[in-house]
Amino acid sequence: MATATPSEIRVGAHHEPHLGFLRSYVFSVDHKVIAKQYLGLSLFMALLGGAAAYLIRWQLAWPETYVPGWGYVEPQQYNAIITMHGTIMIFFVAMPFVLGAFGNFLIPLMVGADDMAFPRLNMMSFWTLFVGSAVLIASFFVPAGPAAGGWTAYAPLSARPIYTGVTWGQNLWLIAVAIEFASFLMGGINFLTTALNMRVPGMTLWRLPMLVWTELIAAVLFMLSVGPLIAGAFMLLLDRIAGTSFFVPDKGGDPLLWQHLFWFFGHPEVYVVGLPGFGIMMEIIPVFSRKPLYGYKTIVWGMIAAGVLSFVVWAHHMFVSGIDPRLATPFSITTILISVPFAIIVFSLLVTLWGGKIELTSAMLFAVGGLATFIIGGVTGIFLGSAGLDVYLHGTYFVVAHFHYTLMPLAIFGGFAGLYFWFPKMFGRMMNETLGRIHFLATFICFNCVFIPLFLAGVAGNPRRIYEMSSYDFLKPAQPLHVIATIATLGLLAGQIPFIINFFMSLVRGRKAERNPWHANTLEWCTDSPPPHGNFSQPMVVYRDPYEYGNPDAPKDWMAQNEPPAAPAPLGGGQIRRTGTR
Amino acid sequence: MLTWLPQNVSTFGGDVDHLFHIIYYITGVWFVAAELFLFYCLVRFHKSRQAQPLYARGESSSQAAWVLVPVLVVLMLDLGIDKIGGDVWHRIKLELPPAGDQVHVTGKQFNWEFTYPGPDGKFGTADDQTIENELHVPVGTVVRFELSSKDVIHSFFVPALRLKQDAMPGRTIKGWFEATQPGTYEIACAELCGFGHYGMHGVLTVHTAADYQRWVQSTWGAAKAAAK
Ligand SMILES: [Cu+2]
Ligand SMILES: [Cu+2]
Repeated sequence: MATATPSEIRVGAHHEPHLGFLRSYVFSVDHKVIAKQYLGLSLFMALLGGAAAYLIRWQLAWPETYVPGWGYVEPQQYNAIITMHGTIMIFFVAMPFVLGAFGNFLIPLMVGADDMAFPRLNMMSFWTLFVGSAVLIASFFVPAGPAAGGWTAYAPLSARPIYTGVTWGQNLWLIAVAIEFASFLMGGINFLTTALNMRVPGMTLWRLPMLVWTELIAAVLFMLSVGPLIAGAFMLLLDRIAGTSFFVPDKGGDPLLWQHLFWFFGHPEVYVVGLPGFGIMMEIIPVFSRKPLYGYKTIVWGMIAAGVLSFVVWAHHMFVSGIDPRLATPFSITTILISVPFAIIVFSLLVTLWGGKIELTSAMLFAVGGLATFIIGGVTGIFLGSAGLDVYLHGTYFVVAHFHYTLMPLAIFGGFAGLYFWFPKMFGRMMNETLGRIHFLATFICFNCVFIPLFLAGVAGNPRRIYEMSSYDFLKPAQPLHVIATIATLGLLAGQIPFIINFFMSLVRGRKAERNPWHANTLEWCTDSPPPHGNFSQPMVVYRDPYEYGNPDAPKDWMAQNEPPAAPAPLGGGQIRRTGTR
Repeated sequence: MLTWLPQNVSTFGGDVDHLFHIIYYITGVWFVAAELFLFYCLVRFHKSRQAQPLYARGESSSQAAWVLVPVLVVLMLDLGIDKIGGDVWHRIKLELPPAGDQVHVTGKQFNWEFTYPGPDGKFGTADDQTIENELHVPVGTVVRFELSSKDVIHSFFVPALRLKQDAMPGRTIKGWFEATQPGTYEIACAELCGFGHYGMHGVLTVHTAADYQRWVQSTWGAAKAAAK
């Protein structure tokens, strides 16, 4: 089933001598180098997105005061900052982080391949994203400023320069986002092909590590959903620069069409960045519980079900937008039902912990911390998915808190968990656990102190994207909530300093990592840290599923996927044979 | 959490709040149970207290049941929430009761325009009056509105009524509400509509019957108002 031939042919071919600095580190085709480039880009963009969060929160807590390090925030500027915060964090941080960095680094290693299926395409994906990021950053410096129509760019606000006063800022925003989509389309092709066609012998689909499954499903969701929005982005650009009226009603266009195109992509996109976060948790939690992932196949089917359902829920963003109100009922039902597959994933992870032998490393803390916070994001989705209640909560801070509680636990907590876990493999050195735990505690506590108050503000009816609340009397009680949220944001940002220190210190001074510091089973741990070009010194063969931890019949509490089965054992042979032939 | 809800003054607002409570308590139980379970596991099964982990793959049907039975309960509760929430939605957005009073609401950057049909009760006649940012309605009367926009999308949001509806350029969207208590309540715009979005602020005044007559008289003059 798995095709061994391409990797077998190429094993060795990669052990070429030196390629020179440019080909080795800049225009490299090695998936591991490209993964680090994605990681670097996403961390850099996270600094911009975090700075935007700082400005937003300061303005909301202490409106129209001097923001240290920046100055005063004007209303128009505020709209631009929130637009850029959302755009950067989703498209230029979360996606390159959990897809670009972890997908690139881990898919080939985990399936036993020497590289991605299309290494040059892989390089092109990254550099395309780089261009997209550059275009987005350039949009800060054009006259009339960057896009200010919200990250959702609803037409007609975004479709005619007169409505926002923004000219080339919005055009460049559309171009940057379209380029980003093109980049991840290319990346998706690579993910899909590599995960399906580059698997070594024995690596059946039911033995794929969950991270590969989640990246695979994410790639499919992305590729199936983004096409209409790329078309939409060009239509919106034409509305702006060629005077067409796809989304403007004065010449027969329809603003709702943009919302349909945007959210048909937008909801699956949440799972595109969310599922790999779950994938990371599902790799880490079994390792540090020394237990098999509970109900592997059930989870895979659950994720596939969530992926399929994600294509028929998009109108929950549009209940009160003016769609036929009868449409709300079916979309409300599908939306609330999507809690079923996520309940499968969450419950399975929880039960995986039960009876384990739990070790709270930094990676594990971020994984279980992410799981604990995701539960809040999950249950609050029910409130918003219920059309009757969404009439009240739509467009309030309840929504803001909800999506931060879904995306941050998965993409950011999950991403950090992954970094602490795979840093030794990526860079050949261990990270400092003490700094890691401080980073976790600060992040976990401050994160909750930012967004719990914002749920309450949402319940109080506080609309989002409001420059300052003081003109509304009914929002006076909510103002202290914003102060709490802002102070916690400062803590959250400061809480990243231990991470930054840890990251760079460990890069140069960290303890040298052995091949398999966590005693984990997946194939990336069967090669050097960091792996050489071509990844493996000999062709890999897989004998079992990836989560064989703590089997009492096995000689040790972990069994690497490529470890040949022991000779028929007098005791417990049935157990091993059962897993070996699955 | 629910104490943060502003006062409700509409007939359907109680249904919205009721739905809010139901979902809050159902999800609250699951949330607390899941977090307690998680926290208990981390403490009880920490490696300092656990020598040999339990070996369970969760694949046999008896083991899978530990996940699938709670999931089945989630499914049943989902369907219950779908039913209750669907009814609330139906009442607010799908059943338009006969009008006692009418108003046209038009969003524009960055004001709300409220057009009243005047004493003749008909729109498009000479006695129509448009007032910016002030919506006046009598208490205990079904008010039917027609919502539209002159430029971009706005969202007509009256927290005290638990009412929200986007105003779409190029469309006219019908809706209704019935206020139950006299007083003044704030109207917000809940869809980003440009740099002045944060100040797109209106006031809903719910009058008693007598008070409403006085407002009509002062707005249209005694003679015309008497015709009504
Ligand atoms: Cu959605
Ligand atoms: Cu508005």
